[in-house]
Amino acid sequence: MTEKEKNKNLDKNLFEIIGPETSEAEKLGRPQVSFLSDAWRRFKENKIATVALFLLMIIGIMVIIGPWISAHEYEVINRDRRNESPNADFWFGTDRLGRDLFSRTWQGGRVSLIIGIVGAFITAVAGSIYGGISGYFGGRVDDIMMRIVEVLISVPYLIVVILLSVVLNSKSLGTLLLAMTITGWTGMARLVRGQVLQVKSQEFVMAAVGLGVRPWKIIRKHIIPNVLSVVIVSVTFQVPGFIFSEAFLSFIGLGIQPPETSWGALAAAAQNIYTFYPYQLFIPALMIALTMLCFTLMGDGLRDALDPKLRK
Amino acid sequence: MLKYIIKRLGYAVLTLFIVVTLTFFLMRSIPGDPLASMARGLPEQTRANFYAKYGLDQPLFTQYTMYMQNFVRGDLGESVVFPGRSVTDTIKRTAPVSGLIGGISLILGFAIGISLGIIAALNKNRWPDYIVMFIAILGVTIPIFVLASLAQYLFSVRLGWFPSSGWGDLRHLFLPVAVSFFGPIASFARYLKSSMLETLSQDYILTAKAKGLSKRAVILKHTLRNSMIPIVTILAARIVAVFTGSFIVERMFGVPGIGFYYISSINNNDYSMILGTTVFYAALFIVAQLFVDFIYMMVDPRIRVGS
Repeated sequence: MTEKEKNKNLDKNLFEIIGPETSEAEKLGRPQVSFLSDAWRRFKENKIATVALFLLMIIGIMVIIGPWISAHEYEVINRDRRNESPNADFWFGTDRLGRDLFSRTWQGGRVSLIIGIVGAFITAVAGSIYGGISGYFGGRVDDIMMRIVEVLISVPYLIVVILLSVVLNSKSLGTLLLAMTITGWTGMARLVRGQVLQVKSQEFVMAAVGLGVRPWKIIRKHIIPNVLSVVIVSVTFQVPGFIFSEAFLSFIGLGIQPPETSWGALAAAAQNIYTFYPYQLFIPALMIALTMLCFTLMGDGLRDALDPKLRK
Repeated sequence: MLKYIIKRLGYAVLTLFIVVTLTFFLMRSIPGDPLASMARGLPEQTRANFYAKYGLDQPLFTQYTMYMQNFVRGDLGESVVFPGRSVTDTIKRTAPVSGLIGGISLILGFAIGISLGIIAALNKNRWPDYIVMFIAILGVTIPIFVLASLAQYLFSVRLGWFPSSGWGDLRHLFLPVAVSFFGPIASFARYLKSSMLETLSQDYILTAKAKGLSKRAVILKHTLRNSMIPIVTILAARIVAVFTGSFIVERMFGVPGIGFYYISSINNNDYSMILGTTVFYAALFIVAQLFVDFIYMMVDPRIRVGS
């Protein structure tokens, strides 16, 4: 008997039809990657941005624990030890009243960073709500809301801040923040409105509307995630802007008042005497420049990581 | 087209009116009255005359209408700290100084920034790009007062090439200009680079190259011209930054410009000077924006046709 015939005689019942395995067909081949973890992976690939983030974390930790590390309080005046260069006792030296510059630098950093981060956060929230409403409803509402923004935008930002600081007599953190954010949200509102308009007109939103998805769910599922990345990137770029504005205000004498301090106030105090005591200007200036640089570089990295258009 | 121009002009006037009104009432809402510290210790009659001179004996709304009438005539009132010094005259005297420094630094910054931006865009991810972007990032992140201090220390104290402060001859111009053109260079270079990269990826550039146009023609005629449009937008902000950026530079270099007087009027609580100068800045900004809108209309045919 040949091989072929042998096969022919096999009993069909020996075989079992299993068919295509339906439960396995839709199974994912690899672990699901959420948008954020994907963004984080891309962010980590960007070495410059990672270094910037790392430096910012160090600055953040120092700002929190710095004033406690030093043996000297930041507001204690020591008349015998004025304008000392950095030494073993005073690590960053002392100012013209004999106050320890090491703890003053970190104490000032608290003010500068709080103003930067809280200010950027307030403008982001206010601008997103305003821009979101304007962009989502469109039509007449949009027209009126954007006219108001146009009026507010047509006054130079620094002038508004100066004027409000004068009017509010701002010497404290709260009034400073108010002066800086009161028209600061307009840029964000424009940005968010543009983004909402763009997303709203895209096909997937139209599909969702066509399928009868409720408006609130469309906002939550489709519009917010697509606008959020733009907002996050913009916030990162706004933080250095606020730090700079605060430094500027302190510099012209409208900012935080002694014994409280900020990086801008430290630099301003050192500016008249920096030819004799350059370290007093150098340290706060370096902190301002470094922080602004890190936020800018991190913003660049975030933009590349979060921009879905760059995805392959 | 004409309709568009008229509409823009109308908005500009309306905006200016709103801004002047808001500024006026904001300044008047400051606790205490503007003359309190000046009038202290004056006899009753003198004090009353003093208040009448500035119209502060009138009700608030009358003060406002008076201010607006004078504003339309170009009269911004009189300094309260230095009686006899007219706000309008002070602005007339000091604005050209700021304009000179700002104008030179804006033109130089524009020329250098644009050139650097082109170099960076054409050498993407090679060393010229890295150097330009490094300069651009430094220009954005180093506070101007640090830059000014460094420049004074290096060129005046150490090298002694230029006077550290003062005003009068050409040598006084150098340091303020050098410090204030750094910002424009940085922002123009950054924006032009990204705008050029976007243009370079357009199909019509490919077409131009495929037609066999010279590299020069492709870059100058097709790429640069189309990339300049976003640059026009930041020009408005830059024109005003010329004046506001002058606050610190003028103070540090002792230049008698408008920023210098603005800051000192804030420190002196000179209400009418603060009010007048703020209004001047706002008007300047509105005019600059209008100007940029019209430039936009000229350079971008899409807007010209669309309106």
